[in-house]
Amino acid sequence: MAYKNYILVCGGTGCESSKSEDIYRDLIKEAELQGVKNEVQVVKTGCFGFCERGPIVKVLPSESFYVGVTPQDAKEIIAEQVVKGREVKRLLYKKDQNATNTVRVQDIDFYQKQFRVVLRNCGVINPENIEEYIARDGYKALEKALFEMTPEQIIAEVKASGLRGRGGAGFPTGVKWESARGAPGDVKYIVCNADEGDPGAYMDRSTIEGDPHSILEAMIIAGKAVGAHQGYIYIRAEYPLAIERLNVAIAQAREMGLMGKDILGSGFDFDVELRLGAGAFVCGEETALLRSIEGNRGMPTPKPPFPAFKGLWDKPTVINNVETLANVPVVLTRGAQWFSSIGTEKSKGTKVFALTGKINNSGLIEVPMGTTLREIIFDIGGGIKGGKKFKGVQTGGPSGGIIVEKDLDTPISYESLVALGSMMGSGGMIVMDEDDCMVDVSKFYMGFCVDESCGKCAPCRIGTSQMYSILDKISKGNGVESDLDDLERIGKAMTKASLCALGGSAANPTMATIKHFREEYLEHIRNHKCRAGKCKDLVVYEINPEKCIGCGLCARKCPVPCIAGEKKQPHVIDKARCIKCGECFKACKFGAVIKR
Amino acid sequence: MINCKINGIPVQVAEGTSVLEAAKKANVKIPTLCYNPDLAPWAACGICVVKVEGSNKMLRSCTTPVTEGMSVITNDTDLVQTRKTVIELILSTHPNDCLNCPRNQDCELQTLAQEFGIRQQSFPKRLRNLPIDDTNGAIILNPEKCVRCGRCVTVCQQMQNVWAIEYLGRGESTRIAPAADVKLGDSPCIRCGQCSAHCPVGAIYENDQTGIVWEALQKTGPEAKTCVVQIAPAVRVALGESFGCAPGTDLTKKIYTALRRLGFDVVFDTNFSADLTIMEEATEFVKRLTEAMKMGMTDATSLKTLPLITSCCPSWVDYMEKYFPDMIPNFSTAKSPQQMMGTMIKTYWAAKAGIDPASIFSVSVMPCTAKKYESHRDDTMYASGFQDVDISITTRELARMIKQAGIDLLNLPESEADSPLGPYTGAGAIFGATGGVMEAALRTAYHFVTGDELKDVNFTGVRGISGIKEASVRVGQTEIRVAVAHQMSNIEQVLKEVQKARSEGRETPWHFIEVMACRGGCIGGGGQPYGATDEVRKMRIRAIYDHDEAAVYRCSHQNPFIQQVYKEFLEKPGSHKAHELLHTHYTERPLFLK
Amino acid sequence: MAKMTLDELRALREAKRKDLEKRDVEGKDIQIIVGMGTCGIAAGAKQTFDAIVDQVQKKGLEGQVLIRQTGCMGLCYVEPTVEVLVPGMPPVIYGKMTADTAEELVEKHLVGHQLLDNHILDRPAADILKN
Repeated sequence: MAYKNYILVCGGTGCESSKSEDIYRDLIKEAELQGVKNEVQVVKTGCFGFCERGPIVKVLPSESFYVGVTPQDAKEIIAEQVVKGREVKRLLYKKDQNATNTVRVQDIDFYQKQFRVVLRNCGVINPENIEEYIARDGYKALEKALFEMTPEQIIAEVKASGLRGRGGAGFPTGVKWESARGAPGDVKYIVCNADEGDPGAYMDRSTIEGDPHSILEAMIIAGKAVGAHQGYIYIRAEYPLAIERLNVAIAQAREMGLMGKDILGSGFDFDVELRLGAGAFVCGEETALLRSIEGNRGMPTPKPPFPAFKGLWDKPTVINNVETLANVPVVLTRGAQWFSSIGTEKSKGTKVFALTGKINNSGLIEVPMGTTLREIIFDIGGGIKGGKKFKGVQTGGPSGGIIVEKDLDTPISYESLVALGSMMGSGGMIVMDEDDCMVDVSKFYMGFCVDESCGKCAPCRIGTSQMYSILDKISKGNGVESDLDDLERIGKAMTKASLCALGGSAANPTMATIKHFREEYLEHIRNHKCRAGKCKDLVVYEINPEKCIGCGLCARKCPVPCIAGEKKQPHVIDKARCIKCGECFKACKFGAVIKR
Repeated sequence: MINCKINGIPVQVAEGTSVLEAAKKANVKIPTLCYNPDLAPWAACGICVVKVEGSNKMLRSCTTPVTEGMSVITNDTDLVQTRKTVIELILSTHPNDCLNCPRNQDCELQTLAQEFGIRQQSFPKRLRNLPIDDTNGAIILNPEKCVRCGRCVTVCQQMQNVWAIEYLGRGESTRIAPAADVKLGDSPCIRCGQCSAHCPVGAIYENDQTGIVWEALQKTGPEAKTCVVQIAPAVRVALGESFGCAPGTDLTKKIYTALRRLGFDVVFDTNFSADLTIMEEATEFVKRLTEAMKMGMTDATSLKTLPLITSCCPSWVDYMEKYFPDMIPNFSTAKSPQQMMGTMIKTYWAAKAGIDPASIFSVSVMPCTAKKYESHRDDTMYASGFQDVDISITTRELARMIKQAGIDLLNLPESEADSPLGPYTGAGAIFGATGGVMEAALRTAYHFVTGDELKDVNFTGVRGISGIKEASVRVGQTEIRVAVAHQMSNIEQVLKEVQKARSEGRETPWHFIEVMACRGGCIGGGGQPYGATDEVRKMRIRAIYDHDEAAVYRCSHQNPFIQQVYKEFLEKPGSHKAHELLHTHYTERPLFLK
Repeated sequence: MAKMTLDELRALREAKRKDLEKRDVEGKDIQIIVGMGTCGIAAGAKQTFDAIVDQVQKKGLEGQVLIRQTGCMGLCYVEPTVEVLVPGMPPVIYGKMTADTAEELVEKHLVGHQLLDNHILDRPAADILKN
């Protein structure tokens, strides 16, 4: 037997401190008092995220959204809503304090901050069931492409939508398709780049795991537009579940005649094969990826010639990112006009970001272009974990830069992020707080590039190693001021003279952190100090004798061991042998271990 | 045609020309390292960067084609600073070993460092401590000096189609070695030396054996040997380049003098034994052709009587034994001119001169690195009872010896080679160029078949730098079809056509095939002075054919000393004695010994 | 299923769409949907799925309850996530639903028609197909 009403009381930390616990108890009390306890269940929930207007109370099934609720309101809520079935108008959310009309929950700005176009089916359908995909307008775009539109019309629609490559470069997709269509040759290819290698980025993985058919449909449409009959999906081997789901999807599509020969009786043939990567980040670079499919070493080759003219096996090839492709069916079913109404003037549509790092609500989000970073981090993301201070957000993976507090109100677009010294990249967004050391962050990304550099061109192969060794030196307290000049000189040469974007952008995190956090670098160099406490060699652990009660717990936890002391006597850390693991700091219950 | 500007200078070039090439027309030489005109641009080093006016982006000029109206800037502060930094980065992974390096003063990285005024080590050295690989006897790999320009890999894989070396590892630990990291001696390497000829630094070089030669030359007393030297057709038109001459400067007679001044007791000429090779090989060809005409061409093809394929190139022999062992019966059993000379010196000449062959030290100077291996390839290279050719050194090694000895090569008086193994015909001289062996063989084959002499001995159809050349020649009643291939990657196509004809029961497309492993023929050999481009090769080839035209006799069989050798010693071409001394056999070999 | 023609595809789409709206599949009107992206699986969603199946069986509800999988909803910080659709009750998305919560889920929500405390979340965005 279901309840007639459910009252959800937001139990997030924001609301809790404003007495949501009291509201919860008072609502239950009032329900009892007013004799309706069998008609309503009062439930505590997780954070709704609308913290600035808390405490929040939501009533279902009417979807009434009350803000700024106090425990005193409990009586009225029960009396009006539960007993009489009327909303308490004064508590309902209004756009501002003076507005008279209230707004439905769905219309609340906050809840429109995410707009799931690419992820439209993720979390809604069973990805291993093609019929569910079909039911939600799946393969409807393909119908249009095969029976109602000419290849030129398809390309015109994609061009008009303003869709740009989501892999990071932001090249207009329609223009790329048009070039490939115009390139001479009978044999052409469509390649999907699913070799998502940026650390912390998993947008493409989730899209494929949750909605593999969207990619397949898009590839067939691309094939029709360009004149290709064979597609390859290059997917990294580290994504076994995505590979499995793709294989299931391909088999189902083939079985139903949605892929293969004479699709839906249209006379058009198209088939897709998978190609697995083998652990090379550089194979996400389009030319290296194509060389890898050909069976060669995954090393970039110069452009021009561009893949649209001479790509896979020297044939015209369209190579698109997973997210770009996932947008294509929607562009065709909803139309270019609808699509281009989302976003900014030059960056149309939405972008999926993997919001990770020191943030409360980490996860995959999809927002229209033009959303600000502040909205993403503090509204959708729920702010910094543990209430710490925001330091910076890293966008674009190892190719990107750091964006600091003063620039957080920038609306996101390809151009705006580049102007800030970063880039959109594939969508990784890593939030950092006061406990993150910028030298360490830059060192981490440079180390990644050192590992992943293919080794073909000198600027990247040697530049990354030299820069890494300088950053390492600085993080260990052995840096000198001229090191910063060297970093800038090598970084500049690497950016300009590398053969591909791996080397061409490897210096970005370093250059951005030096620009915004130069004092932090200088602190490492001049004062041998790491203010975030991350650079182990610069951190000193010691015991405050005034607070230490001699319980010996730290000594027992110490792996070296290097803590000495008698029972009930203040203990001492042997700094010369200390390996800075921090176990004593974590263990001490009396705050006697100090980390400097 | 495309109109563009280089540093403001208007230039007109064909469509598809790279910015690098277009710049040459404006007399601008953009600095490069990994670029080489023989190979498709690899675009690795990042030194050839330029800018297009209006953009701050840097492009690689080696691989960017010019477009209409493009205005290129090749030199501004930004570009120079970037190039300098890249060079310094490369230097930071390169040992400071110039004084001890085989490329001292002839090294492209050294030149760049000098041109960019590098005066200090800006970045800490990052060396890798990798061992030298000298297991192959002819070519040595020193990975410590490798700048990873990629030329050798492209050469071995695309230009030569041997695939002995490949990239291993990635990032900073990228290095170049045979696949599966086996030693070069266990790899498919055919020792053509093209890798060493293209390497810009001292990472790949020939096994320098001049020390052994010096030792022999300078020995005195009862242990002293009679030092005999032979010099190959291709050496004389290229040696001058090491002394500042233009390519194709013919220094034959000065070289004879130089060799004597170095201490050689006797100076012979490989061109003579080239004539000898023609006697044997043309005889072999005529014999096979006659047999083929008797049994019918289709049968002759399937029984491998035809085509006959030349065998004087030891890299080609090695390639065939490894990659196409089914063609072994098609190979001419005649040894190469170097080896024939070696045998003749220690038998015919030793007897004539009254010298104990055991005391002869026989040296050959070759444009070739593979000849170092050929001299001890199998037991037939000991036909005289001793190692027929004791040591083979390259043109580069000879140049060093001459300089070391303080011999002023260019100003020496001229002299002649010694008889009877010195004088040669034009046919012997043209062995150095691609098509030369074929042309020489046809000149003599014509005489063997018809008994007449050719009115015009020039077979221009087999000459030139084109990778595969085909021609047909009327000899008596028969139309003989020939093919000439040079640069190893071109041969696969030719052989596959023969195999196809064989398997389909058809007649072979060609009766006689010449193969040279090096582009341009021996004049483009792996042991020649550095810097060979097609332009250089053409100049060297021109000199070879000029040498032929100036010769007294143009056909091998007309050489009186050749006639004397047969009369006095070998009886006739293809005799039992000739076979014992001047012929060899072949065996299938594995690609990888491990 | 055999290769379809254009008309067959359209008919299938209509039929399945009605199905999804009805939320009545094979006569089962209660649906439990477990997020099975790699993030969910890493957090234990497979165990959660199995535990729910187990509990549903224990309570004898297999005939009424359909348990399905789906992809990532984007609520990665509270995986495993489970969506519960019971007729007459508002649709709810729960987070942090490790295997040990399965019993409470079935008992309290499916049987008792009561929502679970401290687990409720919101769907992050509106469904663009419902516009």
